[in-house]
Amino acid sequence: MSEKDQSKPAVELIDEQTTFTLADICHTFSVEAEFVEALVEEGILEPSGKQGRHLCFTANCLRRTRVTLHLQRDLRVNLAGAALALELLERIEALERRLHATGVE
Amino acid sequence: MEYKDYYRIMGIEREATQDEIRRAYRKLARKYHPDVSKEGDAEARFKEVGEAYEVLKDPEKRAAYDQLGADWKSGQDFKPPPDWDAGFEFSGGGYTAGGGGVHSDFFEELFGRRFRHAGAGRQTFRMRGEDHHAKVLIDLEDSFSGTTRSMSLRVPEVTDEGHVITRERTLNVRIPRGIRPGQQIRLAGQGTPGSGDAGSGDLYLEVAFREHPMYRVDGSDIYLDLPVAPWEAMLGASIKAPTPLGAVDLRIPTDSNQGRKLRLKGRGLPGKSPGDLYVVLQVTLPPADSEDAKRLYGQMRDKLGFNPRAKMGVA
Repeated sequence: MSEKDQSKPAVELIDEQTTFTLADICHTFSVEAEFVEALVEEGILEPSGKQGRHLCFTANCLRRTRVTLHLQRDLRVNLAGAALALELLERIEALERRLHATGVE
Repeated sequence: MEYKDYYRIMGIEREATQDEIRRAYRKLARKYHPDVSKEGDAEARFKEVGEAYEVLKDPEKRAAYDQLGADWKSGQDFKPPPDWDAGFEFSGGGYTAGGGGVHSDFFEELFGRRFRHAGAGRQTFRMRGEDHHAKVLIDLEDSFSGTTRSMSLRVPEVTDEGHVITRERTLNVRIPRGIRPGQQIRLAGQGTPGSGDAGSGDLYLEVAFREHPMYRVDGSDIYLDLPVAPWEAMLGASIKAPTPLGAVDLRIPTDSNQGRKLRLKGRGLPGKSPGDLYVVLQVTLPPADSEDAKRLYGQMRDKLGFNPRAKMGVA
């Protein structure tokens, strides 16, 4: 790879249409498929569909997986607790976005 | 190198019991956890607290640290005395490589090397590098035009001897047009290099928008507070309104009240499904700072018979 390529890497936008397979998530976070399945079981992740036989996930699932791993590792939160924390965090974020949009700080 | 007062960082006395240390850590970890906290410096504080706990929770390391004495002040220039750790046995169990751990120079000098060796052997097998996550701050205008951002990342790297060093790396990142706050972009192969001949991890950048003096962003929609005169709001008017792509002509419908939202379809953030621009009318009163203005306000009072509190039962 040339110097130029290294400093100007290819960029890929991740939006609502971008999907990730079970393997992608395992790969990204170095976790076992069983762990991802446990997150689905707990309702932390909701597969957005199937590609052939494989489950697909959205970008938000990537974020939820990351936060769950952090909460587990740093605060010893179990999966049920992480699911609750994520619900509350997302509710706070939605409220803050609405406050912000209406100009209230 | 700066001395770190681990007791002060954790807000505890030097005589604190291991139980007190653990409780203090748990409380601070929840407070400053970067995924949860709203504090601006949460990530730095979280790392600092984690480092302090790593030393104080381990009786061996705590004893060695205590032995430096209590006379040091945080931030004071520090050099460990020769043989400062003579007589202490480090079992090496405490070094948590998975903790995202980039430690302070102070920690590295005192505890770094000896623990590193215990773990260094594990790096030899073939393993894909880790993915990295970082945030990038852009301006609203950047989403309309697309832009290239030069950013420096501090990347921890394991040297051949097993040391962890932080390397500064500059990347020119193309920010695609139409990106929205909270969206991520992926840079394949820009994470940690893999070990052996395995591939590198990816770099994920989460985009946030800098505060804009005029516009607020919600998803792909943009909000603009637009001041209007009372007669413009009531009688209707054609006025100019700013948008991120330049001024547009805007028709204010008659009988518009304070806070009325006018939607300009498709004038929000660009993209496959562009957002909308909401103009929120802010009725602004002219000051009564001249004889003419006072007379006009007086006429309105006398002729309009207007009671804004009519529905409050306090007439």
